[in-house]
Amino acid sequence: MKQKIRIAAGQGFWGDLPDAPVRQVEGGPIDYLMLDYLAEVTMSIMQKQRSRDLSAGYAKDFVPLMKQILPACVERNIRVTANAGGVNVEGCADAVKEVARELGLSGKVRIGIVTGDDIMGSLDELMSRGIELRNMDNGAPLSTVRDRIQSANAYLGAAPIVEALAGGAQIVITGRATDTGLTLAPLIHEFGWAMDDWNRLAAGTIAGHIIECGAQCSGGNCQYEWQSVPSLAEVGFPIVEASPDGTFVVTKHQRTGGWVIIPSVKEQLVYEMGDPHEYITPDCVADFTTIRLEYDGTDRVRVFGIEGRPSTEFLKVSISYSAGFKAVGTLVYSWPDAYQKARAADRILRRRLERLGLEFDLVHTEFVGANATHGPLAGEPSADIPEVQLRVGVRSEDRNAVERFTKEIAPLVLTGPPAVTGFAGGRPKVEEIVAYWPALIPKEEINTQVRVIEA
Amino acid sequence: MQIQLTKLAHARSGDKGDTANVGLIAFRDEVYPILVREVTAERVKQHFQGICKGEVERFELPNLGALNFLLHESLGGGGTLSLMTDAQGKTFSTALLRMKIEITDSEVQDLELT
Repeated sequence: MKQKIRIAAGQGFWGDLPDAPVRQVEGGPIDYLMLDYLAEVTMSIMQKQRSRDLSAGYAKDFVPLMKQILPACVERNIRVTANAGGVNVEGCADAVKEVARELGLSGKVRIGIVTGDDIMGSLDELMSRGIELRNMDNGAPLSTVRDRIQSANAYLGAAPIVEALAGGAQIVITGRATDTGLTLAPLIHEFGWAMDDWNRLAAGTIAGHIIECGAQCSGGNCQYEWQSVPSLAEVGFPIVEASPDGTFVVTKHQRTGGWVIIPSVKEQLVYEMGDPHEYITPDCVADFTTIRLEYDGTDRVRVFGIEGRPSTEFLKVSISYSAGFKAVGTLVYSWPDAYQKARAADRILRRRLERLGLEFDLVHTEFVGANATHGPLAGEPSADIPEVQLRVGVRSEDRNAVERFTKEIAPLVLTGPPAVTGFAGGRPKVEEIVAYWPALIPKEEINTQVRVIEA
Repeated sequence: MQIQLTKLAHARSGDKGDTANVGLIAFRDEVYPILVREVTAERVKQHFQGICKGEVERFELPNLGALNFLLHESLGGGGTLSLMTDAQGKTFSTALLRMKIEITDSEVQDLELT
């Protein structure tokens, strides 16, 4: 058994720095490259793409990336875990297989395919058996939006990824797997951790949590002494160096920018945290109040002491559904009296919308430059403020109402307060809202499948 | 005397549906008990008046010198439903750091704050 495994994070979301995974592979020794592509609403975007093109529905960028790094991965036996498969894991695997063939690596690469997360096809059957898939936020049963559902996927944990690795997969492609499972699985596989070794599973989960947002733990978005973070232009993405006992060091390649310091790791630990005593994943319940941190050299933070508890009987399900339409319009007002002008324009606009008799669930106004981020906490803006952006958003079930709103923004330039600009983008776009419906499902309802194929 | 949290702590915030979370992290271990004493759920709720429409929950992480706050009903519906610039609550961190808290003269001396 290896005494140290290096897992490198290459993407913190679908659309993260394109070269980051390449630099992780080429910048120094690693054993695994972990790529997290799926945010909460990503599955519905992919579902929409697939409805137009049956071969689409996965993270397209993953394929050219594999083309770029696969030879090096094969040569140095770097294995890849990625939830790039989205709603079309098989399609993604086919594309990667084709890449391997083009590179002359046929027969040298095994691809692990994890499916079974997609429960779109069995929703009615589940609901008929009394599995209501109630919204975890407001308690409503899924039947209330049944006709508007666009995708439904259970979050799979580390277990099927471990199975694929055990089957010799060099690249493991999943659909909706948890971000943390992509990091935990290689550790279970390499160190032979038992699936009820809760403390170690919690440690691997927390390792995954620390690196799942890419450089957000290594100097990116770092509030602690942000002006002192070295060369963010060359920011190094994080690497976990894990040991069989469940302790690990967070670090990054040498000669990269950013920093790995205790404050940067702490900031990522609290990111999107709920109750720190129970960070629930399919694999375990991790207790963030047990985490200990200490320095282990420059750009090295050692993490230890982590405790965990048994996993729950449920998996989280991510469901997306159509929830009406929205549009956001903006205009920029300049000195003098910029804020007053923007406020006057907002009043005029609202009066016009009212007279048109349009129904909106919400009309939301912000004054960017004055209070868009901190609201009333920002206080009154200075009378001398050089400019303010008026930003008005509307939301409605009625597409026509939102469409009509978009025609009321530009006219304010000639029919409202003076010294206004910033309308060059034309009318705001009407956007269909695809909303997120989190629910729980008993674990035994999900049939995960793992296949390992020869490329 | 009063002191602004930005002098004592750093923070990161994020979202879970319509709930914003703010992790508040003491710059130094000695500061943590002061945060525990002063930055209560009630004070945070009051601070975010007009922004946070639901409850505020607080969790303690003495091991990290950090407090985690959940600010329910704060993101205009959350996710794609929200019309806010900051639909993901990313700037709630610095909004919390605007808060001013009371510290005693001896604490000012002990922490060498000026």
